[in-house]
Amino acid sequence: MPTDIQAPEILYGPLSPILIVLGVAVLGVLVEAFVPGRLRRIVQIVLSLAGLLAALVAVVLLAGTNKLVAGEAVAVDGPTLFLQGLLAILGMVGVLMLAERSLDSSGGAVVSKAAVTPGTREDVALSESDAIQSEVFPLALFSLAGMMLFPAANNLLLMFVALEVLSFPLYIMAGLARRRRLLSQEAALKYFLLGSFASAFFIYGVALLYGYAGSVDLGRIFDATGNAANSDVLLFAGIAMLAVGLLFKIGAVPFHAWTPDVYQGSPTPVTALMAACTKIAAFGAVLRVFYVGFGQASWDWRPVMWGVAILTMVVGAVLAVTQTDIKRMLAYSAIAHTGFILVGVIALNKDGLSGTLFYLATYGFTTMASFALVSLVRDSSGEATHLAQWTGLGRRSPLVAGSFALFLFALAGIPLTSGFIAKFAVFKAGIEGGATPLVIVGVITSAVTAFFYARVVVLMFFNEPAPDGPTVAIPSGYTAATIALGLAVTVVLGVLPQPVLDLANQAALFVR
Amino acid sequence: MSSFPWLTTIGVVPLIGALVVSALPRNRPQLAKQVALAVSLLVLVLTIVMCAGFEAKGPRFQFVQAHDWIPAFGAQYAVGVDGIALVLIALVAVLVPVVLLASWYDADPTPHPMAGELTEGAEIVDPPKRGVKTFFALMLVLETMMIGVFAATDVFLFYVFFEAMLIPMYFIIGSYGGPKRSYAAVKFLLYSLFGGLLMLAAVIGLYVASANQGLGTFSFDKLTQLEFSHSTQIWLFLGFFIAFAIKAPLFPFHTWLPDAGAEAPVGGAVLLVGVLDKVGTFGFLRYCLPLFPYASRTLAPYIIVLCIIGVLYGALLAMGQKDLKRLVSYTSIAHFGFIGLGCFAFTTQAATGAVLYMVNHGLSTGALFLVIGFLVARGRSRLVGDYSGIANVAPVLAGLFFVSGLSSLALPGLSTFVSEFLVLVGSFTRYPVAAVLATIGIILAALYILLVFQRTMQGPLAAAYTQMRDLQFREVLVVAPLIALMLFLGFYPKPLTDVITPAVNATMQDVGVKDPAPTLLSHSTTQRR
Repeated sequence: MPTDIQAPEILYGPLSPILIVLGVAVLGVLVEAFVPGRLRRIVQIVLSLAGLLAALVAVVLLAGTNKLVAGEAVAVDGPTLFLQGLLAILGMVGVLMLAERSLDSSGGAVVSKAAVTPGTREDVALSESDAIQSEVFPLALFSLAGMMLFPAANNLLLMFVALEVLSFPLYIMAGLARRRRLLSQEAALKYFLLGSFASAFFIYGVALLYGYAGSVDLGRIFDATGNAANSDVLLFAGIAMLAVGLLFKIGAVPFHAWTPDVYQGSPTPVTALMAACTKIAAFGAVLRVFYVGFGQASWDWRPVMWGVAILTMVVGAVLAVTQTDIKRMLAYSAIAHTGFILVGVIALNKDGLSGTLFYLATYGFTTMASFALVSLVRDSSGEATHLAQWTGLGRRSPLVAGSFALFLFALAGIPLTSGFIAKFAVFKAGIEGGATPLVIVGVITSAVTAFFYARVVVLMFFNEPAPDGPTVAIPSGYTAATIALGLAVTVVLGVLPQPVLDLANQAALFVR
Repeated sequence: MSSFPWLTTIGVVPLIGALVVSALPRNRPQLAKQVALAVSLLVLVLTIVMCAGFEAKGPRFQFVQAHDWIPAFGAQYAVGVDGIALVLIALVAVLVPVVLLASWYDADPTPHPMAGELTEGAEIVDPPKRGVKTFFALMLVLETMMIGVFAATDVFLFYVFFEAMLIPMYFIIGSYGGPKRSYAAVKFLLYSLFGGLLMLAAVIGLYVASANQGLGTFSFDKLTQLEFSHSTQIWLFLGFFIAFAIKAPLFPFHTWLPDAGAEAPVGGAVLLVGVLDKVGTFGFLRYCLPLFPYASRTLAPYIIVLCIIGVLYGALLAMGQKDLKRLVSYTSIAHFGFIGLGCFAFTTQAATGAVLYMVNHGLSTGALFLVIGFLVARGRSRLVGDYSGIANVAPVLAGLFFVSGLSSLALPGLSTFVSEFLVLVGSFTRYPVAAVLATIGIILAALYILLVFQRTMQGPLAAAYTQMRDLQFREVLVVAPLIALMLFLGFYPKPLTDVITPAVNATMQDVGVKDPAPTLLSHSTTQRR
């Protein structure tokens, strides 16, 4: 046994996007401690946006890098940088949504004291107070830092660390909703418990794979799968356990059960962050694990992933039809989209990789903006998320309803929106990768998803508004910017997608 | 031929018009209508100029333009027209101004100026409308999409228009339709989307199949030069065919049409049945046959069976309808059976007849829908049983109803006769039994048209309608050009057949079939004389 462990050389340059976000998050904690209360919120907003912008600049400067750093534990390559850049932009969008204060009569979307028991006198007082808190910004940044590390981790232990860094702040943030505290706390607890289970599976899988390959490096695992002398049992069990952890995070069936409850209960900006950013980061990790680590073992995992993808598309689409709450409906639609993206993952070719990256980009913007729109429609008790309350919205507020309809059409994959190009990209990769039956299931479930998207459009436009319906709050610049960005991206990527497709295509190369 | 981008111009003008209309102030509905009508007339003029420049004996595709659009998918912005696409674009350009003028008051929030007093029990209470300028803007957007879908020579571009076209129509039905409009709109959207998504899989499959032959492309010209394996052809053919059959609609994919046709506002119904459905039959000729010749030849007999069922079943159901607009929708299902028969009989005559039929059906059903729309606007009921003896108070309306009806049953002298005859003669040479069965459809057509005319227009005048006003000048002006065209083309269809025949010949060449035994052909020709 070697007695002295050599410290790996750390190249700070390629790691800078992650380090910047982590550093700003730490600064944010210091701001909480030392900056006077009335300035805190605005300082946090500026700091968070600046940090994410700096991270984005770092990503742009790093473009073209393709190497393993930090003792081969972190891979800085095309997919990593593409997803990190995407996370930085969507992170800024998330910060903007968290910064919104003018929608709720008593402040932002998050509560100031999350630990108060719902229903008590203190809670009632809390719901009427306009106290705010700004810890949510550093929490979001910690989570984003974890998300940026997650798809970059080339080492399963590091990937586990990233998974925990991104998850813990989310567990807390899920419980911060200002309204409907009980639902929010339930969401937080459910997410935490199920997430812990998933993490446990993940780490157990890492242990088994270590037993199989003698290393937790994805590169070594790849080498080991080429060697027939190794025990297949360890490999299969390891892949399965690892997959449980990852599939939980992307919300694939049968590990999807948390999604609707958590999406519904969390404060809407946090839901948006989870629906877009967590999914992007987790898919990045899925891609790296299956393309880099298990690329040679595709015969072993692909059949199972076929089943998962089919189940995910069908269950997501069918259950979404029965939903009556807009956030739950979007949650099930997110599950169905996970299935569509999995088609690109399973294609296991360069087009599959670039198609998945492109899909994640378009889906992220559309999803964030649609949740931003959900947060605008309110009644006296907070957001009016019951579908029946959306009746006749097109009459009352054509702009909001029209934008939402556009996002729904994008999610349904109607041409001239980004969602169509994205769906086309992954389905094309699927057929090229020999997964034609998956694509056929994909198009049929797309038709099912179109049903419930169309139903919302019917409610908004073709029905008369109820007399005591919800009001549409006038957003401040923060939410308006989010929605405008979402609209612009959805239309531009639907009509002229080539530059971003090129970008995804150039990025679609993993370093081993 | 100049290099002026005719097709792009004609396609973009309505879109710009739509933007202008939607930017107009809300309190000037009259201005929105006038601008929209002016734009559609400008498109008509441009189209006429373009058609004049089309050389019937020139290359197959003219006014061609091609630019890279999404190289990552091999998709191009490529447009061009052959004779078939040209006449259909002309049909669009004629119908849109007609429809806009006919829908002048349809989107108004106030009651229709022609509407009579409400009578007990018989009225249709239309749900509130959604604003005038949105309606006219949607119509213009729809015109852009309709022109684009016929002009595209890139399969990807075609698909984009094919699907995107649904959205304006969905809003037109859903926001301006009759009492069951949201049900009809959703049914329309879902049926079409389902077919469209199956076609999406086939479109991607087509690209991958072409890429496997070393040339990943969506270009129609290049794709027709490739040979796909037989099983590939069958699968891809089915993907395209089901989408087109839903659109057309062929039996048994037709069930959405009666609802959509009945609930849509009149203008929407005319464009829906007159043009949107033609995209399906156009797709048969443009995409199914040339791209998948083996599959087309193999599956044609089965498709012809469906067409014949459609002809008879549509006609029988039309006779049983109580609702006037549903009745016209069912007659269209019968007519689409004829068009399908013409497309899949693989003779030049039949296919030429089918293309002519597409144009003539657009004119005749358009006229019929418009006249019925005028009637319903006055009587506030769509039910056949509520009307009687209308000819006594509104002779012009009754007369136009009669002429449109006669064109629907293909009376000689009207253009529909030419096309129906060509389809029957052309298909008789290859499928005599089918042609004979389809001929029964003509008799049934006479029944359903004449019966409904007799019930509503003749006989004693219904008490509720003694005050009914006859057609206004505007309304006559709307139907007159359609009837003039039907008469003109009924006696002199040559301008159309001249441009259609080369395109049909090229298509038949792509399929790799020749017209069957000339003896039979000359036999039937002599009969015609």
